[in-house]
Amino acid sequence: MRALIEHRLGALLVIGVIAVLLPLTFPSAYYYRVAALVFIFALAAVGLNLLMGFAGQVSLGHAGFLGIGAYAVAIGPTHFELASWLCVVGGGVLSGLIAFVVGRPVLQLKGHYLAVATLGFGLLVFIVLSNEAGWTGGPDGMPVPRLELFSWRARGPDTWYWISAATFLLAAVLALNLIDSPTGRALRAIHDSEVAARVLGVDVARQKLAVFVVSAIYASVAGSYIALFNGHITPDIAGFLRSIELVAMVVLGGMGSIAGSLVGAAVLVLLPQMLTGLHDYEQMMLGLIIMGFMIFLRQGIVPGLTAARDRWRS
Amino acid sequence: MAEFLQFLFSGLTVGAVYALIALGFTLIYNASDVINFAQGEFVMLGGMSTVFLALAGVPLPLAALLAIVLTIAAGFALHRGAIEPARDASPVTLIMITIGASIFIRGAAQVVFDKRFHSLPPLLGSEPISLGGATLLPQSLVVLAGGAVIVVLLWLFIDRTLVGKAIIATAANRLAARLVGINTRRIVGLAFAISAAIGAVAGILVTPLTLTSYDVGTLLALKGFAAAMLGGIGSALGAVIGGLILGMLEAFGAGYISSKYKDAVAFLIILAVLFAMPQGLLGRGRVERV
Repeated sequence: MRALIEHRLGALLVIGVIAVLLPLTFPSAYYYRVAALVFIFALAAVGLNLLMGFAGQVSLGHAGFLGIGAYAVAIGPTHFELASWLCVVGGGVLSGLIAFVVGRPVLQLKGHYLAVATLGFGLLVFIVLSNEAGWTGGPDGMPVPRLELFSWRARGPDTWYWISAATFLLAAVLALNLIDSPTGRALRAIHDSEVAARVLGVDVARQKLAVFVVSAIYASVAGSYIALFNGHITPDIAGFLRSIELVAMVVLGGMGSIAGSLVGAAVLVLLPQMLTGLHDYEQMMLGLIIMGFMIFLRQGIVPGLTAARDRWRS
Repeated sequence: MAEFLQFLFSGLTVGAVYALIALGFTLIYNASDVINFAQGEFVMLGGMSTVFLALAGVPLPLAALLAIVLTIAAGFALHRGAIEPARDASPVTLIMITIGASIFIRGAAQVVFDKRFHSLPPLLGSEPISLGGATLLPQSLVVLAGGAVIVVLLWLFIDRTLVGKAIIATAANRLAARLVGINTRRIVGLAFAISAAIGAVAGILVTPLTLTSYDVGTLLALKGFAAAMLGGIGSALGAVIGGLILGMLEAFGAGYISSKYKDAVAFLIILAVLFAMPQGLLGRGRVERV
């Protein structure tokens, strides 16, 4: 067990070293920008992975929390003159509270019923953000003031690269700690069989709710970062396709693999950038690649490749 | 009263389309446990292919028929090319494959067709019928009648033919079905083909009313999925009822509460129903084996 923990944090150490060395190869600010987006989406994906990969609960509405976090840093400073960093925290707290309230009834549902309920939640957030134009600017969105910390302004892709990489690593360490805690073991028990977990004395409802709240906070912070980074936000951040994208990142990278969430986020952020040269064929290619990955590496990229490596060794 | 009737008519029309999509979800789910999110793309393919075949000079009835055949081929290809090779994968993986397929089909449609909105001429003209103070477009009747015919035909097929019985057997227990000599692979392929056909017909019937474009599939799939879950996944009757209820919730929500929040109203009520009945209206509970 000890070796396992060290091994897992070892993977994070490798990611950290890569994150520090990677910018040496960046020829332009554009690369910082894309890499920052990878880390930000990976942050949300890690949270969702805790819910999906470890507790086995699907959410098709997680972009709703992305939206709450994003609009917290847009509305707070604009309408209430609050500091942006306070709004990141506030958005996280709000998302956590909403997840706490919504999660109680929603998480009693199972499988596809849970999927449709979370989908409905995401849609509700999207509809409110689109229609309350007085607060949110409606479908056209609203500008987001830059992040300021004690008269230091966070702007430029390179600054955001470091902020998002650091936050991702911190979030990944927290996630790994959670997984190796009694809560993490309870979650995996729930994943394998809810009935069996209950029989063993696991408070299933409470554990599911706890991980739902954590994953909502992760998504919310990621949403805040996206908004602050882009300087403008539209309700699409909370849309159904965004939710699907998050799920795709988790499943593509590998459910239950923290490093997988980073790989999944990287694939789905980088692919559209690389495929823009194909113009009209971009979507077709994207669909084909997703299908291909899922057919040939059905456990996800990281677990699939790990298994392949183990087979090759033995 | 006239207002009420008006909302009822529009709700039933939209609901019939949702019901057909939900029926497609149910058929595939029962045969293979796959939630097929590409179901909405079948609807789009049916409508768009008919439009473009008609534009190319093919007579409308023939164009519609060809479009259905084309969509069936797409459904078949989806099963053979993407679902079958991954049949032992987890449900989430299979859902991701169908989502990948729907992105692919949508992408192909914007290349083969175009990105504009298209319509078809209504089957029985566009002279509105007045009924109890409300007006009804003849095409709405066509949609409702078409929906009813499909439901009855499907029921007859499943209930009265040997192949239909094989589908029921496959849905009940795949291993047992295989043991009594049913080629379950072919049955699942058939389920994809029938679902595709149902989706295509729905798309062709509703295009004169709501227009179609390459990207209508996503929203329709989402609504059809919600309808199937509301009715209780796996229940064909539930799918039809769920679809009709969802259509009416939207119409009455838009009419009496707020057109902006009609989807919100519909989903809030679906959530409320699911909290009270976690298996949907007609779904059966599954006992988890430990």
